[in-house]
Amino acid sequence: MYVLIGFSLVFAIGFLAAFIYSVIHGQFDDDYTPSVRILFDKPNSASDNPKP
Amino acid sequence: MYEVGTLQDTRCYHCGDKCVEIVRAHDHNFCCEGCKTVYEILNENGLCSYYNYNEAPGTSRKDHTAQSHRYAYLDDESVLQKLIHFTNSEISIVTLYLPQIHCSSCIYLLENLYRLLPGVIRSVVHFGRREVTITFQHNKVTLRQIVEMLSRVGYEPVIQLSDLGEKVQSNLLRSYLLKIGVAFFAFGNIMLLSFPEYLGIDVLADSPMRKFFGYLNFTLSLPVLFYSSSEFFISAWGGLRQRILNMDFPIVLGIIVMFLRSTYDVFWLHGGGYFDTMASLVLLMLTGRLFQNKTYDNLSFERDYRSYFPVSVTVMENGEEKTIPLTRLKTGQRLLVRNMELIPADSLLVKGSANIDYSFVTGEATPVSRRIGEIIYAGGKQVGSAIEVEVLKDVSHSYLTQLWNDSVFTKSQDNTVSTMANRVSRWFTPLVLSIAFAAAAYWWNTDREKAINAFTSVLIITCPCALALSSPFTFGNILRLFARYGIYLKNAIVIEILARINAIVFDKTGTLTYTKTSRVEFIPDGKDAHPLTDYEKQLVRSLTYHSSHPLSKRIYDYLAGVKTIPTQHFKEEEGKGIEGWIDEHCVRIGSKKYLYGDNYPGVSPASDFRHASKVYVGIDGKVLGYYLVKNEYRPGFENLIGALRRYFNVYVVSGDNDAERNFLSKYFDASNLYFGQQPADKLAVVRQLRESGKTVMMLGDGLNDAGALKQADVGIVISDDVNNFSPACDGIIQASQFRNIMYVIEVSRRAVSIVKVSFAISLLYNVVGLYFAVKGTMSPLVAAVLMPLSSVTIILFTTFGSAFWAFRNWPREDFDKRATPDKNQFPDPLRSSPKTEV
Repeated sequence: MYVLIGFSLVFAIGFLAAFIYSVIHGQFDDDYTPSVRILFDKPNSASDNPKP
Repeated sequence: MYEVGTLQDTRCYHCGDKCVEIVRAHDHNFCCEGCKTVYEILNENGLCSYYNYNEAPGTSRKDHTAQSHRYAYLDDESVLQKLIHFTNSEISIVTLYLPQIHCSSCIYLLENLYRLLPGVIRSVVHFGRREVTITFQHNKVTLRQIVEMLSRVGYEPVIQLSDLGEKVQSNLLRSYLLKIGVAFFAFGNIMLLSFPEYLGIDVLADSPMRKFFGYLNFTLSLPVLFYSSSEFFISAWGGLRQRILNMDFPIVLGIIVMFLRSTYDVFWLHGGGYFDTMASLVLLMLTGRLFQNKTYDNLSFERDYRSYFPVSVTVMENGEEKTIPLTRLKTGQRLLVRNMELIPADSLLVKGSANIDYSFVTGEATPVSRRIGEIIYAGGKQVGSAIEVEVLKDVSHSYLTQLWNDSVFTKSQDNTVSTMANRVSRWFTPLVLSIAFAAAAYWWNTDREKAINAFTSVLIITCPCALALSSPFTFGNILRLFARYGIYLKNAIVIEILARINAIVFDKTGTLTYTKTSRVEFIPDGKDAHPLTDYEKQLVRSLTYHSSHPLSKRIYDYLAGVKTIPTQHFKEEEGKGIEGWIDEHCVRIGSKKYLYGDNYPGVSPASDFRHASKVYVGIDGKVLGYYLVKNEYRPGFENLIGALRRYFNVYVVSGDNDAERNFLSKYFDASNLYFGQQPADKLAVVRQLRESGKTVMMLGDGLNDAGALKQADVGIVISDDVNNFSPACDGIIQASQFRNIMYVIEVSRRAVSIVKVSFAISLLYNVVGLYFAVKGTMSPLVAAVLMPLSSVTIILFTTFGSAFWAFRNWPREDFDKRATPDKNQFPDPLRSSPKTEV
């Protein structure tokens, strides 16, 4: 029983640590740009090449 | 390769503006050479996806003037040091503010900057703040080259003098998130461990397990007490030092008592304690704070003149041009001011002919001409050829800037604006304390333990979290709803003051009227008077095309769609008029004096070009009449003033002459109209109103209103483009929402009533709780249910209540439109996040 509670706490602390890490590293600073960024095509797609 | 033609309803491929003249290139239509050039740069570098993500994502380049020397100061080592926030032997990192960022194409282009400029390693856009952070190799590319490239493709960074001061990176959001994260973690775990208590499972009674749970809860509550709730402690302590019992004081009292009582319960009585209630309260209140403290990343409400002034100036030393930072400018130095550059200090004109545009300061777009030997006041922009001036006064002591030496600006703002919550707290806290002591005294002689129990229970149950939540949630919600319609208020206190105002002061130019557009009308006048034929209109438009004078531009725009003919021998006499030969006709456009000559009877020697906006037209020596360029009032002006006058005293303070007095008297009390007001006069008018006991709202737009805006209880700026600079203020309203100002005030009043009702509700809950508490029989379970319940009631009531009133009051037609997705306007910060308010 004690062990299980210990496990659950350690687990929760792990998530808390992950959350703190993400906040400190700025993952919550900008909630818009990354959602757009992921949609861009890789360079050198058809429309990226200069047209004559 | 490309042809120039005229066609209606053709949109520019780059900026989407209606093409007046089409510049055709690469199978696309452009409205001007500038737009075409941007396209060519992007096309060469294979960045044409820019045009695929959004239709016509660019910004118009028509008004853009390329100047090679413009960013010369970026080569200055001392300037560089202040702008670049990281540098080592190879790379440097700089963050630039680009107000033009408005869509995904912008992000695409800016993040691919490395393909335009070798030497740039990486560029990352922060959309919310309209910023781009660029990492570059400083021995391959200079900051100046980067800035010049950005400005060539239409993203001209705004580098401000105030940027060169210390950069305070606020990490308020992060710290709130961390505190909430910790509180949430503790709350969840404490609640799970308290479950046996909730369910009344007696099997655990007296078992070591129960003690173990208690100790764990105690441990988990420590970070909540010492970290998450730290700001309530700081705020309460700050209040105490100023001898004010603010709302945070009873909260802190509640938290401390809860903690001590629970600790005692757990360690000596082996009971459950109130740790769960404590964690949930802190969590809820932090969420409320976060909700209320929503800031608009890209709007600044704290600007002074330094934001408008150039970072560097060009001085002449021994006949040589030298770029120095503005801060080092001294009196007596000779300053070179080129076309469209700002004059930063009061100076004497020593060379060239000055034509100063004070629109920046006064909102009046017609330039003023000055002769050699005359004084030019700071804040004007030179239009036309370069001039040389001698600096007479320091930047901070010039005509315009000394406004900031007024006590309104130098006096530190008192942060103790008494909010409603704090006013309630002033009697709430003593009341609660006396009840607690009374309950303790009542039980003291019969049952000591019960006495202490009752005392602490009272303090715990009355911890005014519901009370403290009502204003953050109501006002936070209203702030968000306002923002959706293009009304950006600085903080929640502004709403409270808005609900109290009883006098409204308007600036005229730029606030009641449009700055950029105006009503133009041709009035035949003189002995050869007749309405212009189509051909004559062509002549007029062709000539005005060559002039950069605002009045010429307006006439040119007014005649949109009329064909232009090439002009020869174009001549511009600054501040007087323009002349040119078109199709063998001599066309002259300008002031009455310019066309009729000095000796014409009835022409006053003073140039009437400046005040009355009459522009005379003469063709082949015959004066045909004049264009009357009038201020155009914003739509809804009449209804708005009519509605406001029913409830408030309404005033107009204008820097202009009283040409519009007759017109405005129709809408305002004649005694409430002030004309010819200098910036300091405007401030004085507002100050006088306040001293006579009124709560004043000031609506303005330009730097000349800055003093009055600051002096007023609420200073609101009307802005055609919210990303433009506006002086320090309490709120920025998009010009399209001008007519809804009445509703803004009405909704604010409703919001205040909602807060009052919710105060009543939460007090009711407190009374119920007190019933248990004074009897000394309150169990932790009652607290754990009652307190979050009251908080949730308040949150639901305030959120739905405020939304309801805002929706009800808003004019239907505007409600359906919401913020129109016009890229030249501020994009709705909420549209990007699908979060709902509850």
